[in-house]
Amino acid sequence: MIAELGLAALWLAAALAALQMIAGFLALRAGNASELAALIRPAAIVQGVLVTFSFAMLVWLFAITDLSVKLVASNSHSLKPLVFKLSGTWGNHEGSMLLWVMVMGLAGALIALVERRLPERTMNATLAAQGVVSLGFYAFLLLSSNPFERLPVPAAEGMGLNPLLQDIGLAFHPPTLYLGYVGLSVAFSFAVGALLTRQVTPDFARAMRPWVLAAWIMLTIGITAGSYWAYYELGWGGWWFWDPVENASLMPWLAATALLHSASVLASRDALRTWTIMLGVVAFSMSMVGTFLVRSGILTSVHAFAVDPERGTFILVLLGIFIGGALLLFALRANTISEGERFALASREGALVFNNVMLSAILAIVLLGTLYPLLTEAFDVRVSVGPPYFNPVGAIFAIPMFAVMAVGPLLRWREDRIDRIGKEVALTAALVVAALVLTSLLTEIGLLPLLGLAFGIGLAVASWLPLRGRNLARTPLATWGMVVAHFGIAVALIGMASESAFTEERLAAIEQGDTATVGLWTVVLEGVEPVAGPNWTAVQARLSAHYGDGEARELTPQSRNFWAPPQQTTESALATRWNGQLYAVVGDRSPDGRWQLRLWWKPFVTLIWYGGLLIALGGLLALIGRVLTDLRHRRLAARIAERRADREALA
Amino acid sequence: MSWRLWVPLFAFAAFVGLAAYQLTQPKDDFVQSGMVGQPLPYFDLPPAMDGVEGVKSGTFADGEPRLLNIWASWCLPCIAEAPQLESLEQQGAKIVGIAIRDRPEDVAGFLAQHGNPYTHIGRDDLSEVQLAIGSSGVPETFVIDGQGVIRYQHIGDIRARDVPILLDELEKAR
Repeated sequence: MIAELGLAALWLAAALAALQMIAGFLALRAGNASELAALIRPAAIVQGVLVTFSFAMLVWLFAITDLSVKLVASNSHSLKPLVFKLSGTWGNHEGSMLLWVMVMGLAGALIALVERRLPERTMNATLAAQGVVSLGFYAFLLLSSNPFERLPVPAAEGMGLNPLLQDIGLAFHPPTLYLGYVGLSVAFSFAVGALLTRQVTPDFARAMRPWVLAAWIMLTIGITAGSYWAYYELGWGGWWFWDPVENASLMPWLAATALLHSASVLASRDALRTWTIMLGVVAFSMSMVGTFLVRSGILTSVHAFAVDPERGTFILVLLGIFIGGALLLFALRANTISEGERFALASREGALVFNNVMLSAILAIVLLGTLYPLLTEAFDVRVSVGPPYFNPVGAIFAIPMFAVMAVGPLLRWREDRIDRIGKEVALTAALVVAALVLTSLLTEIGLLPLLGLAFGIGLAVASWLPLRGRNLARTPLATWGMVVAHFGIAVALIGMASESAFTEERLAAIEQGDTATVGLWTVVLEGVEPVAGPNWTAVQARLSAHYGDGEARELTPQSRNFWAPPQQTTESALATRWNGQLYAVVGDRSPDGRWQLRLWWKPFVTLIWYGGLLIALGGLLALIGRVLTDLRHRRLAARIAERRADREALA
Repeated sequence: MSWRLWVPLFAFAAFVGLAAYQLTQPKDDFVQSGMVGQPLPYFDLPPAMDGVEGVKSGTFADGEPRLLNIWASWCLPCIAEAPQLESLEQQGAKIVGIAIRDRPEDVAGFLAQHGNPYTHIGRDDLSEVQLAIGSSGVPETFVIDGQGVIRYQHIGDIRARDVPILLDELEKAR
């Protein structure tokens, strides 16, 4: 009954998406004269409610482990802890697609409820575009991946969830990424709406900006959390692997970062109109392309959890309709959109355009590297593209971008002279050069980590310079946001450089009571015991580790055996200090009774994720700032309208 | 100016074309062993449980072609291929097994439940022999000729339609 309710709600939501689409396009042709125009906003709102209800039903089915539902039987298990039963709802293809449409439905409902800035025609076009995108995903769910499908005979027991995914990280990692992807779908709908009505105005950028910001924050958190999850769960000691799926989340992030900056230019200065539209389309394309690459199984990836060529075909068709349609519209319409305001090369806009070009170049590099194996496979050549390509080639564009990032925010809008900010530029350059010289004198590290460290240090200081000479209490939140986010980039950059330059690794096979050292750490293998969890058993090593003369800390890395489904995973153990992390993994026992132990000392590795969180925090500050300002404007506008009405009434 | 606006669409169309082409191509997930055509490396594995013989490279050097089946009691496809191994044995194939990362009691339990088609079963606890002969997973089955040279590799479980193919390869290796 619960499954049937969920399915019915899903069909109704799909019908409302169709209504939203048809009414939207009719209203666009007939102007607001169309009687259907009044239906568009309510349709979007009710659709949001229905699809949320449908998702709630699926969560319920997982919570009670209803094994007559195919999806539950093949992805859950009655022995699983409740939190993983719930997170199992989206740890599979069908459930995650339902989560996707739910977030999209909620986003549509929210725009329909609150967005009143844009001309009604553009709003209708935007909601119609949103309807098209939603309808495509509803069709995908209902026709090829129905999450509520029943089994003819209920299963006796579920198949369980992949043990790697039975982790609290999974409970939050995909939903945040999805919020990000879907936020970009809203930006996409705005862009298409604006293209349809040719109204690319600063107001359009202001309406779109909070969505891009929110999506960007979510993507930042999702990528940061995903990277940390891979780092401690996969037990390889690495934090980024240039896996196709990681790239699939990085590419929308890069596009969204570019979009965020160009939308700012459009909102403040009415410039970069077509470029902003283009980025709006590209950002969402990147999330769709990512989804396609992961789900179709066309590329080999550790994340390909729902590989199915038939679904791949479906997503490819959706992709073709959405993105192909939007790009066609762009090609036909973009030259009818008048060019925006002009600006000098040395200006805030100039720096932002430079940043945009660099981000786009990095995006192109990542995209090319991700798709390259696909291209060569067409000629029967198998290649794998990894860090030796991505790191140096990306750095060619990232380094100049960091340089401009350090000084760009100090420039004035429209026209400025570099020599006006000469002191700041000199300070930053001096810092970078000093860090370069000092580091290369003191240690011998690779060129990329060296550059990363130097630019990270320069940027860490330079990112605070825009606050100089300002009254801090009256500085807008959005400016604080920018400062914090740029600082976060610097922090993460220093972490990455330090991790790759100074990591020490030790592979040891030791007996109980023996000692292994790595960096300044001394690690003693105190003992090895079996332990049991709710649905696994493990071999657990008890390590006593101390840093220099410091106090001993106990570490307990495990090698876990899950029995539903049977799979072995490693649980690494971490000892965190302010200056880095000790990372320990226990391996197999060799025939002579010694245990394989793998230890890493990673100085300042945690800065990578702290940096990521700072970036997200910066985004959050900016978002709050923008929304508050917007609310204040609305209140002001309402009061003015009230006064005017009063005066008219008096007259 | 305006032709440039079409560039993104054409780039995207090229991507869709490439992706569509790749989707229609059969996906080849198998890693073929580079050892096919080469003699077996030297190894000597202890028996996987009491009452069976272990496996060493010398086992294959008696002039008789054999199947070398890489399997494990914890491997589900191995259960699926057990009936085919039985039928291969009934049709005269000599089958040597290597149990990967397994325990004697589990091996015994598996054979009691699904039948024992093996003449020898070796125990490879660290996948050493498995890796040395270029097998990347369980189950895999190799045809080894009477001089101990690897002639043919079958990746994945043996389905009913593979049985004649394997018998044919055995015949060819004679």
